[in-house]
Amino acid sequence: MNKIDSKIPKGPLAEKWTNYKNNQKLVNPANKRRLDVIVVGTGLGGASAAATLGEQGFNVLNFCIQDSPRRAHSIAAQGGINAAKNYPNDGDSVYRLFYDTIKGGDYRAREANVYRLAEVSNEIIDQCVAQGVPFAREYGGLLSNRSFGGSQVSRTFYARGQTGQQLLLGAYSALSRAVNKKQVKLYTRYEMVDLVIIDGRARGIIARNLITGKLERFGAHAVVIATGGYGNAFFLSTNAMTSNGSAAWQCYKKGAYFANPCMTQIHPTCIPVHGEFQSKLTLMSESLRNDGRIWVPKKKEDAEAIRNGKLRPTEIKEEDRDYYLERRYPAFGNLVPRDVASRAAKERCDAGYGVGTTGLAVYLDFADAIERLGKDVVEARYGNLFQMYEKIVDDNPYETPMMIYPAIHYTMGGIWVDYELMSTIPGLFAIGEANFSDHGANRLGASALMQGLADGYFVLPYTIQNYLSDQISVPRIKTDSPEFEKTENEINQRIERLMSIKGKHSVDSIHKKLGHIMWEYVGMNRNEAGLKKAIEEIKEIKKDFWTNVRIPGEGNTLNIELEKALRLADFIEMGELIAHDALDREESCGGHFRTEHQTAEGEALRHDDEFSYVSCWEYKGEDNVPVMSKEPLDYEFIVRQQRNYKS
Amino acid sequence: MDKDINIKVKVWRQNGPKDKGHFEVYPLENISQGSSFLEMLDILNENLINEGKEPVVFDHDCREGICGICSLYIDGHPHGPDEDITTCQLHMRTFDEGDTITVEPWRSTAFPVIKDLMVDRTAFDKIIQAGGYTSVNTGGTPDANAILIPHDQAELAMDAAACIGCGACVAACKNGSAMLFVSAKVSQLALLPQGKVEAAKRAKSMVAKMDELGFGNCTNTGACEVECPKNISISNIARLNREFLKAKFKD
Repeated sequence: MNKIDSKIPKGPLAEKWTNYKNNQKLVNPANKRRLDVIVVGTGLGGASAAATLGEQGFNVLNFCIQDSPRRAHSIAAQGGINAAKNYPNDGDSVYRLFYDTIKGGDYRAREANVYRLAEVSNEIIDQCVAQGVPFAREYGGLLSNRSFGGSQVSRTFYARGQTGQQLLLGAYSALSRAVNKKQVKLYTRYEMVDLVIIDGRARGIIARNLITGKLERFGAHAVVIATGGYGNAFFLSTNAMTSNGSAAWQCYKKGAYFANPCMTQIHPTCIPVHGEFQSKLTLMSESLRNDGRIWVPKKKEDAEAIRNGKLRPTEIKEEDRDYYLERRYPAFGNLVPRDVASRAAKERCDAGYGVGTTGLAVYLDFADAIERLGKDVVEARYGNLFQMYEKIVDDNPYETPMMIYPAIHYTMGGIWVDYELMSTIPGLFAIGEANFSDHGANRLGASALMQGLADGYFVLPYTIQNYLSDQISVPRIKTDSPEFEKTENEINQRIERLMSIKGKHSVDSIHKKLGHIMWEYVGMNRNEAGLKKAIEEIKEIKKDFWTNVRIPGEGNTLNIELEKALRLADFIEMGELIAHDALDREESCGGHFRTEHQTAEGEALRHDDEFSYVSCWEYKGEDNVPVMSKEPLDYEFIVRQQRNYKS
Repeated sequence: MDKDINIKVKVWRQNGPKDKGHFEVYPLENISQGSSFLEMLDILNENLINEGKEPVVFDHDCREGICGICSLYIDGHPHGPDEDITTCQLHMRTFDEGDTITVEPWRSTAFPVIKDLMVDRTAFDKIIQAGGYTSVNTGGTPDANAILIPHDQAELAMDAAACIGCGACVAACKNGSAMLFVSAKVSQLALLPQGKVEAAKRAKSMVAKMDELGFGNCTNTGACEVECPKNISISNIARLNREFLKAKFKD
């Protein structure tokens, strides 16, 4: 049976969402009180969904891996949030935001989902302002906007370089209010370790209390996964240390399809890797590309002298600098989308023009901006980012150009969901980065915040009711059923198995090995031979992990190494699926770049005739190859083009 | 120029809230000054694991200075001896060859130790739950540009809103007061027209909750402002006091 039904409403693009809302089923207030909803995650998606569902009257259980919902990794988003307000009067519209997002995603996202996203974007800004989010303002008191990669209008709202923080704190305050009103029960320092399915429907979760180390059972009429992406499969990424893909992965192993796992985003402006002991990469906001100019030396000998510490970048004359993005993409210049900017940096470094001690870095230079705008203006716009850079690198970016290099940042792939954000398991929903639906093969800057809040505030609280309206006669889910018992036993066995290995290698040392393989063969440039090699090597790592990992302490107490081991076990399997999907997709699109498929100028070459589909992977058991089905992407409203940021 | 240094780390080990706790000293060799403080602790933990010992438990997550989860008291300073940064942004170039670095958890009645360097800060969440918000539901809000907010006013609100809720202010305060934290939220919302409506009620309920949870009183030592990684100003405390008094007079 084909489970893939995207449930796109009929009708013209601009009317689909309105039609859906007009005709969907709702749950009346008296019944809402009798329905329990589990929301896993407290980032922009999770917190906004939990707060909104609570306000509506549902009984919400909200789970947070950190000590407080305010720390979810959405907090680290810097640059801004897109919306189609057209306040600057520069030609923006819902349609244009939709079009830019679809094009930015290299035509691998669903039209109807993306249009809806653009449509609700304006309400998000209204909502956040009402919550007291201190967005940047002009002297007249109106909201300020800036431009961002992949767009020719200024539609990005921001709060200095801390937009994610302010939006998350807004959602967190709404959540806190709902907790105070007893609409939401909050569970902090809990990690979901499995999904419980009863009669084919998602009916609860098993979560590990990270303080006591005990497993606990929670039942609900629906489960919402808002646990973010799986970028940490690469070990080094801009994700937070606890960011992991395990909740989504458990859903996959319980039958939810996993869509487009190979669609991973490499962010062009991160602080370069500095050594083998490094645990984490730091992102520098894409907004820096508004005023910073990216360059490398024109001459290889200059690049070499810089690498050897014999020349400083400020000593390179203007005519000896190669502003390669401005050269290659005159229309968009330094503001090309992330995938394009990342590959261009790699291309220059691979060709021997890279700077920094490792040669794996390019310059992001603010000298022109400082001259044009003054240091004060630059400081007002990016002060906190410059300070962050200086603390890490010990170099003053007001005087010397910043060094940047691409790093894993975001995963467009995720749990497959239909238009209602429901997975192939009835009652299991996925929102925000955890689902796959809106960004296609590449996400534009300032769109993650938009999607997280769109899903949480304005989409899921509607669509989930279409499901829950059928559930009003279902009594509260009891957690003493055989299904809960069995699932908990399975986890206990898994933990016991891990604890009994008592091998020689730490979790991190194995994770680093996985990361090396992922970055080398499944990173920015992929090809058939490399991907096949990766799959074989990941198998070896899996064997090594399950025979050689060393986890000190006990399984049923606070145990940070066990937490990491449980996540790594899943990352290893995820890594393999990412490679499988990348191997299968014999085209280049967005963040997925197969070296066999590029234009004469080195740009991504799509094959729309063969690959206009979403890859939906189905788990078939531990030792079996997963099965892929296709959700065709039929574009009814726009014509696909080769992405062009040149003219 | 960054070089490799040999150091000793004197770390607080406490096996649970009821354990008395003690310091352990661990020597570490060839630590690059380019590595972050937490990367140094990662290396220490790797060594401990390889020796069959239990790693040091500490909170850390974004490692970009924004999530506010890191909470180490290093050489007598919350977030260490460098200025305007969180623990995760502290780098080993702050230290020299042969240094002994003392690492402790936040010490405050309201933040009990969970294990080693990890403390329980749910009290902060409870304070926010008591009123750190505007009472708006999702949807039905006016257009974002309907109410003008002067640029400088928005900037002041943003200064206060930059608080990351790490608790360094409480850890630095000899009274264990949470006034800087509370005042940052009260100020942010009192400065904006959207939050003004409930300003009095908010100030009262948040202060009451703070008192209830065992935080101390403010005696204007200013230690919180000095140690705050985000430069939250104590002028916010003045603003909180003003809001609080206004509210009390109205009663």
